[in-house]
Amino acid sequence: MKITQRTFDAVIVGAGGAGLRSAIQLSESGLKTAVITKVFPTRSHTVAAQGGVAASLGNSEEDHWHWHMYDTVKGSDWLGDQDAIEFMCRKANEVVIELEHYGMPFDRTDAGKIYQRPFGGHMSNFGEKPVRRACAAADRTGHAMLHALYQRNVRANTQFFVEWMALDLIRGAEGEVLGVVAMEMETGEISIFQAKATIFATGGSGRMFYSSTNAFINTGDGLGMTARAGLPIQDMEFFQFHPTGVYGAGVLITEGVRGEGGILRNSAGERFMERYAPNAKDLASRDVVSRAMATEIKEGRGCGPNRDHVLLDLSHLDPKVIMQRLPGIREISIQFAGVDPIREPIPVVPTAHYQMGGIPTHYSGRVVAPRDGDPDAIVPGFYAAGECACASVHGANRLGTNSLLDLLVFGKSAGDSVIEDVASHPKSLPDLPANAADYSLSRLARLDGQVDGESVHEVQLALRRTMQDHCGVFRFPDLLKEGVSEIMAVAERVGRSGIKDKSKVFNTARIEALELDNLIEAAKATMIGAATRQESRGAQARADFPERDDINWLKHTLWYREDNRIDSRPVHLKPLTVDTIELKKRTY
Amino acid sequence: MDEHAARLHRLRWHCRRALLELDLVFQRYWQRVGDDVDAEQAAALERLLEMEDHDLWELVSGRCETTDPQLNGLVERLRQV
Ligand SMILES: Cc1cc2nc3c(=O)[nH]c(=O)nc-3n(C[C@H](O)[C@H](O)[C@H](O)COP(=O)(O)OP(=O)(O)OC[C@H]3O[C@@H](n4cnc5c(N)ncnc54)[C@H](O)[C@@H]3O)c2cc1C
Repeated sequence: MKITQRTFDAVIVGAGGAGLRSAIQLSESGLKTAVITKVFPTRSHTVAAQGGVAASLGNSEEDHWHWHMYDTVKGSDWLGDQDAIEFMCRKANEVVIELEHYGMPFDRTDAGKIYQRPFGGHMSNFGEKPVRRACAAADRTGHAMLHALYQRNVRANTQFFVEWMALDLIRGAEGEVLGVVAMEMETGEISIFQAKATIFATGGSGRMFYSSTNAFINTGDGLGMTARAGLPIQDMEFFQFHPTGVYGAGVLITEGVRGEGGILRNSAGERFMERYAPNAKDLASRDVVSRAMATEIKEGRGCGPNRDHVLLDLSHLDPKVIMQRLPGIREISIQFAGVDPIREPIPVVPTAHYQMGGIPTHYSGRVVAPRDGDPDAIVPGFYAAGECACASVHGANRLGTNSLLDLLVFGKSAGDSVIEDVASHPKSLPDLPANAADYSLSRLARLDGQVDGESVHEVQLALRRTMQDHCGVFRFPDLLKEGVSEIMAVAERVGRSGIKDKSKVFNTARIEALELDNLIEAAKATMIGAATRQESRGAQARADFPERDDINWLKHTLWYREDNRIDSRPVHLKPLTVDTIELKKRTY
Repeated sequence: MDEHAARLHRLRWHCRRALLELDLVFQRYWQRVGDDVDAEQAAALERLLEMEDHDLWELVSGRCETTDPQLNGLVERLRQV
């Protein structure tokens, strides 16, 4: 096969918020920059974000980055790196105002400033009372943000490779990253993108769960490529679940439904939240409600023939309330649950929403991996930002609206670091190893040559079921133990999967098979991380270890693909300029 | 591969969207129609897929309507549960 070689100063994989923000930095500084993306940039999953982006602008009332930092550390259940969190919260105003200058149509106050709304977990004065910190563009914040960033890139002459899929990282003899191998979907042709710097901004891996709010594209490709290249993935056991995704579909039903009086019921019709949270009941926080639902299901009080979901009942509400105050909910229920919520309850389950873990990075966006006793050793030439990266600002649990902020801050800082690193090594491109594309080619050849291959669709389904059943919102020791062996069995099946259609042009079956190679790596990291960590912290809730254990587990998990090796890195408890936010029990 | 088959291949990939709602609707659509999509339907689908995801979802979920006769039939089909 003919392999084209392309050379750039920097190649960015991913054109969501993080990738586009990095690209602006690079292109505007004059570096020759390529952005590779599986879908057109403005179809990246960032479009789905509605809630907003956090910044302590203080436009509606007094606010301070230090209060934002406190909320984020507390939200992270103290697993977040405090230097990275200080960095992000201090930079928030700057990146949000920059975005405004790029043309982002933020909602405004009468005085013309960016309007700010309240959001769960945003507090003033170190946890005292709620503060308005979320900046939004109606209910299309992510969409508006991505469009503003894309337009700015067009202006800066960023070169886009749209409908290209990156397959593998290229590493040199010293472990440095030299670029990626990628496939053009339209032709099936393979190219090498050689670059002085490679930035991953490939988004999340939420598709690993049977019930997921994520679009199909979120298959953890950056994690798969990183793991196959021998580098570790961090803290994947921390996956945020939303309590009410439509059963079987995953589409998110907003908290607002319970706010308007919607009630969760088990198979006996019981309003079970009264037992778990006598005061807040159905309006208790996301993790409390999700865990209560998981317990009802695990103890046999789930609904339906498989007793695997609960019901969200709105039928007692005035139909006018449903139609007027909850627009869209009725359409979602009819489309994806086949029920009209005016008459029948909606089947729901806790649904995977956001990956807190990812490729370990320094707050400068540089990827790190322990080497020669240094837990924070930099991997030369390699950078990551956004949901695929773990800076780690979200620690064990992300605060709403901090993810869009993460994209802007770390997208930008990864770009700045590349500019700095390229300037300090002005020499021409490093040599590629002779066989740079061989590994990817062998994966493609395996897929094309597979005899009697197992259906990609079925193996993917087995993967998602295994993760949902064994590594869901509430983790039980027996289920985790089985889960580890089952996910390894699924991994073997992934290695034998095959496709019938071997054509070249936009072969979705081949793309899905390649995505499955990535999803399985992310899934193993998640399952094995969850089985290893013997404590409950943030999103990791273990029935057998119900408490946080700072003596043994205040550290980041690192998972390596080879032999499923587990290692760890210390949490950075020391911020950049302020005092450490001391460990406390996380209560709201 | 003939041109029409290539066109359908491209369309299938273009049905990968930013919103899960749309991914699910298009998955259902392809399960129903298989490769039984003629040139006229393919053209309608191409036009629909040019839309922004949020607008497309409003259309498919019935919260707004299209006045375009070429798209009407397809939208009806996508709406069928
Ligand atoms: C329903 C929903 C609502 C949300 N609401 C909010 C909110 O209100 N506020 C908030 O802060 N967060 C929110 N989040 C989270 C937030 O939207 C995401 O974490 C964030 O958008 C991820 O951005 P990203 O740039 O990292 O990746 P994405 O936007 O997912 O982009 C990934 C990019 O990588 C490309 N890519 C992936 N793999 C490859 C490959 N192999 N080759 C080439 N390209 C590849 C894709 O084409 C895409 O361009 C929400 C999430 C969901 C699911």
